[in-house]
Amino acid sequence: MSDLSAARRATERRNRWLLLSPALLILIFAAAGPLLIVVVYSFLTPGDYGGVKPDFSWNAWFSVVMERDFFTEELTFADAHLSIFWRSLKLSLMTTVAAFVFGFPTAYFIATRPKRSRDAWMLLIMIPFWTNLLIRTFAIMELIRAEGTVNTLLLWLGIIDAPIQMLFTEFSIMLGMVYVYLPLMVLPIYASMERFDFSLVEAGYDLYATRWKVLSKVIFPLVKPGVIAGSILVFVPCLGAYVTPRVLGGGKNLMLGNLIELQFGQGRNWPLGAALSLTLLAIVMVALLFYVRAAGQDGEKSHG
Amino acid sequence: MIEIENVTKIYGEGKSAFRALDDVSVTIKDNEFFTLLGPSGCGKTTLLRTIAGFVDPSSGSIRLGGKDILQSPPYKRPVNTVFQNYALFPHMTVAQNIAFGLEMLGKPKREVKATVEEMLELVRMTPMADRQTGQISGGQQQRVALARALAPRPQVLLLDEPLSALDFKLRKDMQLELKRLQTETGITFVFVTHDQEEALTMSDRIAVMNAGKIRQIGGARDIYDQPAERFVADFIGDTNFLDVEVLEITGDAARVRLAGGAETTARGAAEAGTGMGAATLATRPEHARLVPAGQGVMEGLLSQVVYFGTDTHYHVTLADGAAFTLRQQNTPDMAHAFTQGDRVGIHLAPGVGQLLKD
Repeated sequence: MSDLSAARRATERRNRWLLLSPALLILIFAAAGPLLIVVVYSFLTPGDYGGVKPDFSWNAWFSVVMERDFFTEELTFADAHLSIFWRSLKLSLMTTVAAFVFGFPTAYFIATRPKRSRDAWMLLIMIPFWTNLLIRTFAIMELIRAEGTVNTLLLWLGIIDAPIQMLFTEFSIMLGMVYVYLPLMVLPIYASMERFDFSLVEAGYDLYATRWKVLSKVIFPLVKPGVIAGSILVFVPCLGAYVTPRVLGGGKNLMLGNLIELQFGQGRNWPLGAALSLTLLAIVMVALLFYVRAAGQDGEKSHG
Repeated sequence: MIEIENVTKIYGEGKSAFRALDDVSVTIKDNEFFTLLGPSGCGKTTLLRTIAGFVDPSSGSIRLGGKDILQSPPYKRPVNTVFQNYALFPHMTVAQNIAFGLEMLGKPKREVKATVEEMLELVRMTPMADRQTGQISGGQQQRVALARALAPRPQVLLLDEPLSALDFKLRKDMQLELKRLQTETGITFVFVTHDQEEALTMSDRIAVMNAGKIRQIGGARDIYDQPAERFVADFIGDTNFLDVEVLEITGDAARVRLAGGAETTARGAAEAGTGMGAATLATRPEHARLVPAGQGVMEGLLSQVVYFGTDTHYHVTLADGAAFTLRQQNTPDMAHAFTQGDRVGIHLAPGVGQLLKD
């Protein structure tokens, strides 16, 4: 009897591993493996024509934040790198906030439509998302360049005398990123709003809460998990954005993604690229930790 | 005092237009337990939501204490609602839910705390104050919803079928509880239900609604004993409808001839406005009495006997094929008096039947 159940348990365990194996294989070969290589590379010496030489060195990690003057060998902070870190963080944060400002009302609007038309509205949000990233980025470029749609229209209306320089600025990068990642903000907020019981809004109004109070005291606390999820989904890819700052930043306004690419390309400094990638990963991990803690607090609260 | 005058609410336009409320006028007195009773879709909830401010009427006026409230948004009306699904805030504790309205009114902290404690006491939920609303039973949620709506001391409490989600026993307890709360607080209750028994046991006055109109307003007894029309008689309790011929009218009373040829007296002639000739007579099952064949005003075949414990329902097929139901208390001498298939007579005491306009 016990032998039989032991045998059954063993079979069950084997089946579980069998079912898990495809995912495990992908994780080992496509995530853990490459990550390990990146970690190793970050401690090696750059090769002469790209690649690495198998000599251990702290140099790459050192150059992430510091630089040695070429002539005097004086140590200073790597201002160029730090300003790129700062720009990446700043633009990602601003993009997240902007995506929330535009995404929250959008999600609210869709969630309050009749059931039948909601899917149509969601489709409108999703269609750009399914379009190639480059095409969308170049579309933004076409809109805001000096002879682009927006400037032409403003000139024609007589609102401005000369075209406004919008392209190749931090603003254009942010605009591009907000446009590209907005659906990632709308979707999770919409998901939590769809489950939201709108009779609670009536209860709020009934109990003397104004529109603003209902929004801040009733709706927002209950859709907060969606807002946090959306913020993470927008913030993380923004930090590592590559195409958008490349195209809309015009090579002047680098972000972390561009800096990393530079090390593997023209810079021929793979170890530095690897170290920068791991730095980016660390920043993302910190952001996620922040998320887990915020979400965890909510969880604890609702369980008393 | 709530004065509702000529309130009409039309949804949609043109051919698909639907009159949810059709020229409704009613005055609800202070400290009254007033019930809106009717089948689903009769407009009772729409009327309640119009008072609360969630529905804008197409025309008409609503005054509360002499002041027009239709221009005010819901959060400015001194009216609170107990919602059908309670609509408790799931991210707040029981106490926080009850405090919500007071906080929104900007009451000082100490007053909020005192009132919340008083309300918890009132609905006997003090030990549950710090529970999350998801962790308490349906009946307890109901009490919290009541306390939350009563805490800001509204002039009027609106209750939208608040007992429909509770099981039978709990519903009975809550009916008494609601009546107690209404008496203790002295707040006007406007209660919406489709359950006639609930309406009869709790209300000071009942408005029976159908198809967007109020069909009759009155106390429980008036509505039950003297239904103004066929719909009311049919909706409230069980009723036998008999085709009769009016022979003579004296004031409200009338002498009528039944289908079998026997004569009896009925009331309601004045109110129903029946003239001589064909009319409908409504009789409650418990107002008629089963007697041996030949002794009553009508004859028939006892087609079914259904035993209910305290009483028995007798279904009789009359000579002309119409069905007639009687309800008889099971006193010891009544036992086994009649069995299925017997020829029986039906006795109607003079004056108990009600003449109706159709």
